[in-house]
Amino acid sequence: MSVKGYIKDITDTVASVFEGMAITFSHLVRRPMTIQYPDKIPVPIQETLPRRYRGILEVDLDICTGCLACERDCPITCITIGIEMEKETKQRKFTHFDIDVCKCMYCGLCSEACPTGAIRHSQEFEGASYNPAGLVRHFVTEPSALYKPKKGGETDPKLAAKADTGQKYLDEFATPDGGAAAEEG
Amino acid sequence: MQAYIDQLIQNGYFAGMPKEVVYAIAMVLAAFIVLSVFVAPLAGVTSWLERRVWARMQSRVGPNRVGPQGILQWLADGIKNLLKEDLIPSAADAKLFSLAPYVVFMGFLCTFVVIPFGGTLIVADLNIGILYILAVTSVVVVGILMAGWASNNKWSLLGGMRSAAQIVSYEIPAGLAVLTIVFLAGTLSMQGIIQAQGWAPWDWFLFSNPFTFAAFFLYFTAALAEGNRTPFDIPEAESELVAGYVTEYSGMRFLFFFFAEWGNLYVIGAVAATLFLGGWQVPPVTSDPILLGALQFVVFFLKAYLWVFIAMWVRATLPRVRVDQLMALCWKYMVPLSFVCLLGTVSWMLAFPKGNQFFSIVMFVFGLLVLGYFFTRVLFQLRHARPELYFKPHI
Repeated sequence: MSVKGYIKDITDTVASVFEGMAITFSHLVRRPMTIQYPDKIPVPIQETLPRRYRGILEVDLDICTGCLACERDCPITCITIGIEMEKETKQRKFTHFDIDVCKCMYCGLCSEACPTGAIRHSQEFEGASYNPAGLVRHFVTEPSALYKPKKGGETDPKLAAKADTGQKYLDEFATPDGGAAAEEG
Repeated sequence: MQAYIDQLIQNGYFAGMPKEVVYAIAMVLAAFIVLSVFVAPLAGVTSWLERRVWARMQSRVGPNRVGPQGILQWLADGIKNLLKEDLIPSAADAKLFSLAPYVVFMGFLCTFVVIPFGGTLIVADLNIGILYILAVTSVVVVGILMAGWASNNKWSLLGGMRSAAQIVSYEIPAGLAVLTIVFLAGTLSMQGIIQAQGWAPWDWFLFSNPFTFAAFFLYFTAALAEGNRTPFDIPEAESELVAGYVTEYSGMRFLFFFFAEWGNLYVIGAVAATLFLGGWQVPPVTSDPILLGALQFVVFFLKAYLWVFIAMWVRATLPRVRVDQLMALCWKYMVPLSFVCLLGTVSWMLAFPKGNQFFSIVMFVFGLLVLGYFFTRVLFQLRHARPELYFKPHI
């Protein structure tokens, strides 16, 4: 090894360590990339999800007609619906409407089949539970009547808003192309 | 310390007790206080701080959940390790295996005897202080070799052997760098070395002449290597040796090795501050002994902890060297350079027997210029990456 090479080794070492230390020091004043999910985030995580994100299924029973289209269309039968006729009033009522989130594969076929847009994917995805039974979502707490769409539009303003929401979901998201056509047109 | 005890005995405390017993009790008490009040929290907080600094340099956040900004993370880790099972492999040499962490720990803890925290805050101002530090830190290598051998595991043995080779090699440049300062100060005592310097930066041995300036960096590099710190952590190189000599350890014994490693960082900083950076020297601003003592303690602590921070920073920057590179760096570069520094300092002392303060100020300005150039490089990096800036230490 020549003397020149020896001195060059030393200066190269010092120079490269100097430059490397400058780079790491500059990182000290940069904002970390880490997103501190779930508690220390600037906006709720649901708001940062894509628009057509398929989260855990939710059902708006107020506009559910009880047609059982979703139950029939579900490829893995994770939806179970029970409907009973009340003898005195001759009114059909839900006894249960359960969705097993464990089984659901988020294919979205149920929401495409729904005539009113009552069943739809929410933005929720945090389904942690201590046992599998906790992952079965029960939407009926006490027997409630089925929804009957009125001819010529909904008159009850509260129900009308819900029906509009459902229809909007059907038009924009719950189509076989995932709502791409609605977005372009 | 001894003077204080003597005074207490003369004032009639501990009547009827033999003097030696009082000394022994005082020593145990002092050791206990230093360990529990200073060393343990310091090593713990250093471990947390290192993880935070390291994380920020890698665009991460680091532990920030236990206590405010995660400052109690070290307590959580300590409790976790205390509760873990203490495994001893069936093929291991049980006695040596159990003993090794304590040997390593003792080698590091004994250095605190001579570390001058302030003008009067020192356990024992030995007249061979710096030699004592070099001697007791060498005990660490015995513990590491013991751990590597007693584990009866190929990774552990390789790690222990590497560590022995490394520590013994780097003792030489470290010792020679220390020797330059001993020549300048004319004493081995830690307090004597500090008293030979002044509070002003140009009175520090760091800027005394160009050779001590180089010797300082040689000392710091060699001390990092002796402390098994990245980039010289080949004894515990994860990618090659699992965890080196600590592979078979678990629970509290495992923690003791890292306790010693993080505590040792402070020792490195304290020795660097003592030898090169003027130690606890403060400007004569007050004559109140308590206030002065507190000021000296703070100044010394900050000087020492700056180098702890720089060791963390180096760890976040440089990749691990290979074994042959490690030995080449020591024997082909650092040992000759430290001899050059030693001879250069000696020649300088012959040329300027009273020192050369003008040149010291020039050296100090040169040091400031290097620091200034460094920050222009940092700004250059920031300008080119255009990152989102975030100056707060907490997140």
